[in-house]
Parts: sequence; structure tokens; C-alpha cells
Amino acid sequence: MTELKKTALYDLHRSLGAKAIPFAGYEMPVNYPLGIMKEHLYCRKSAGLFDVSHMGQLVISSNTQSMQFIASELEKLLPIDVLGLSEDRQRYGFLPNKEGGIIDDLMISNRGDHYFVVINASRKEIDFKYLRENISKEIDVDLIKTRALIAIQGPLSEKILSNLIGELSSLKYLDVKNFSYKGEMLWVSRSGYTGQDGFEISLPNSLCEVFCKNILNQDGIEPIGLGARDTLRLECGLCLYGQDLNETITPIEAGLKWAIQKVRRVGGEREGGFVGQKKILKQIEEHPHLKREAFFPDGKAPLRSGTKLFSDDKGKNEIGMITSGGYSPSLERPISMGYLNHNKFNVDEPIFGEVRNKFFSVTLTKLPFVPTSFKRN
Amino acid sequence: MKFTEEHEWLESDGDMVKVGITEYAAEQLGDIVFIELPDVGTSVTKGQEIVVIESVKAASDILAPLDGEITEINNAIVDDPSMVNNDPTGEAWFFKMSLKNQGELDGLMSEDEYKKHIE
Repeated sequence: MTELKKTALYDLHRSLGAKAIPFAGYEMPVNYPLGIMKEHLYCRKSAGLFDVSHMGQLVISSNTQSMQFIASELEKLLPIDVLGLSEDRQRYGFLPNKEGGIIDDLMISNRGDHYFVVINASRKEIDFKYLRENISKEIDVDLIKTRALIAIQGPLSEKILSNLIGELSSLKYLDVKNFSYKGEMLWVSRSGYTGQDGFEISLPNSLCEVFCKNILNQDGIEPIGLGARDTLRLECGLCLYGQDLNETITPIEAGLKWAIQKVRRVGGEREGGFVGQKKILKQIEEHPHLKREAFFPDGKAPLRSGTKLFSDDKGKNEIGMITSGGYSPSLERPISMGYLNHNKFNVDEPIFGEVRNKFFSVTLTKLPFVPTSFKRN
Repeated sequence: MKFTEEHEWLESDGDMVKVGITEYAAEQLGDIVFIELPDVGTSVTKGQEIVVIESVKAASDILAPLDGEITEINNAIVDDPSMVNNDPTGEAWFFKMSLKNQGELDGLMSEDEYKKHIE
């Protein structure tokens, strides 16, 4: 077994009393002494600091070619509008495979002279290799290892972060900007994965611990582990790669059609031309039978990832599967999301999830379970 | 009070023993959100999975500590699972059972032995 990798905040996590788990090859904090429930609620009402340094950070640039050229190359792989992404703006996207399945989902920013892309920890080597092999040799793709990535999320995040780096009120949701701190450059975006207002900050490994200590010295912020990160994103209906997304699920089945701008769809100015276009464009027009849905388990038992769904309580007609599920600290009840095969299921039929050879009834509901609160204006 | 390696405590209560989980176990599990207890009258054998506990993080089982029969269950913890995090060795007992062989209780760990076990 290979040794687990450590982030730049490893010592800080230990000193804060974190409980560590292996995650995507890293030793990461699952929770701190506060515990998942209180960390979750704290982040919702105040602010939380997350170490997400295990995620991949890519810099895509060229010494010989323009940003337009890089964007056009990226649009051959990504079904999103890269050319139309303005300088210092960020956008959600994904890399489809030839069958329309998802190799990875990501956040991409236009930084004027390069694109900055944040990818999932478990997929970074795969993404890097895929991009390297499928993009012009005139473009450089760097998986940077010298920078950490942290997130500050929650309603007080602007106030807390501005105490350290200055005015942030002009930065709106998905804006990106550089800030200087102790002579080093922070790459700050107003985004995150909790469904709340907040920031993600890429910063040199060498600066990360002192920066985070200074953040945690402010009032109203607590360190938050991966446990609460998972419950926070699930409440807002955000997908987790490896559970809700994988190489066999298309973005349309996953309910991510919104992320494919009109300019890339049928009838758009730059229609198609991306990997997986045949399946994806067809599904936009026809609606797939497999669809990501939200469920409220009717009882108290959480129905988690891997729970099979049936239209009867005998396990005869399998209609889908839960891909993420757990307890919602905000709603004080279990919540689940997963896929339903609408060819095998009528909306007026009951739904049961099978756990430990028992059948628990669930009710179809709508995403998100908890409304998002991004700073859009 | 006696203890098992599976982090349960057992306490004599008349002819019965009362069973719960230790503070250490409750802390390891984290915030408990769901508990499923066995039916009263169930015959159980040592090591059998008889209770389901779900924390925010994950599901786990509690095993029957000894052979016997379930005589009473604590429905209060089913209604409010967080009681187990707050008072695991007091109000938040799980069930009472009659032992097939009363003498087996003496074979379990003492508090000192259990403390060494979790160190």
C-alpha cells in the first residue's frame, strides 16, 4: 500500500484535533472536535474553513498561441462556452468521453494569459493525461503541486477574508481576482461547493499554514472537515464525482444541461464539435429516460449511496439507485439523490429503497433540498 | 459495570442486564441520527448483529454481547438518537436482556481493563 499524501495543512489539522481519513490518496480531516453536525450548521450560519488541497489545480497556457486558440482547443473537449468566458470569470464544466459519460467535472477560470482549472482529487492524473494527449502540443498543461487550495464558505466569509486581504464586496459570484498577501499572490474566486456564498483561494504551500491560522484567529469561523463538506453539498444538490457522476452517466442524465450554454447546443453558433457531442446533443433534444432525482426517505433511516430503488416493497421491479444520501443537519431529516429509470417507473407509483434486506418508502422531491445563497449581484 | 471489546457496557439490573455503548464508542461514531433496536422477545447469540446505528457519517452494527433474550428496549433513543452522544452510559441505554448463562457476565472486562483496551 502506498503511503497517504499530506497537504500543506497536515500539521495544522493535527493540532486542531482533526480525525483523519484516507481520501483520494490523501490523509484528510473528516471532522474536527466540533463534529460533522455542528460544523455543518456553523458553516451555514457563520463561516467555515476547508482544506481542499487534495484537488487538482491545472494551469493551461501557451508561449506561442493566443487565449482564443487555447479556448478553441478546449472547446473540442468541453461542451461549454470557453471562448465566451470573460477574463477573471469562472465557470462550471465537465470533460465528456466519446459515449457522453463524464471523465470529470471541473471549474475553469479565464486568467487573462492562462486558464486555471480545478479538478477532482481522484481524477487529476487521469484528467492531466487526457488533456495532454488530446490538446495541441503548442499548449502547456501544468498540474501544479506548489500551491494549496482552501475554501472559506458561509455568510460571514466575505467579512472574515476581507480582514486579511482587503475589500471583497466588488467580487461577485464566479468572479476571480488576485490578491497579494505577505508578498505572495493569492488566486481568489468567489465560489465553492457548499451552495453558499464563499471563496476558494489558491496560495503557495509555504504560505498556507500561516494564512489559515490568521483566518482561524478571526471571530465566526471554524475549520470544517470533509464530512460536513459532503452534507453541505448534498443539501444543495451538488454532484460528487465517483458517486453522482461517472464515465457511464451523461451530463444530461445528471441534470447538468444548464452548464451547456446555448452557443454549443443544436442551433448555436458553435454547435457541437466536442467529445461526446452525438449522445449529449441528442439527449438535450429528446430527454433521457435516466434522470437524477431527489428523494426524501419517509422514515428516519438514511438511505445512502448504493441503495437500490424499487417500485414495490418486494424487490421485484428495480427502477434506480441512490448515489448520495445521508442526514441533512439543516432539515433534521434524511435526504438522498440518485437516478431513476423513467422507462421502468411511473410517477404515481411508490418508491422503496432496500437497506439491510428491508424496504423503506421514499418520496420523490425536487433539488435543491436547501436553497443556494450565492452572491450573484 | 462490565465491558466488551465491541465497546458495549453491561450492568446488572435485577435478573436482567442493561446494555449500552461506551462514551468512547459514541465519540467514535460521531453524531448519531438513527437507531433500530431488536424486538422484545428476540433470542440472540453472542456476536449477532442486533442493533443498527447510523451516524451522520456511516452505518454500523451493535453485536449481542452474550447469549440470551431481549426483555426490554429503550424507545427514547429511537425517538431521539442524539441522547446516545449526550449520555451513553446513563439515560441512553439500548436494551435489557436475560442471559442464558449468568456466569458469562463475570468473564467480561472490568472498567480498568476496558480503559487499557481502548488506549
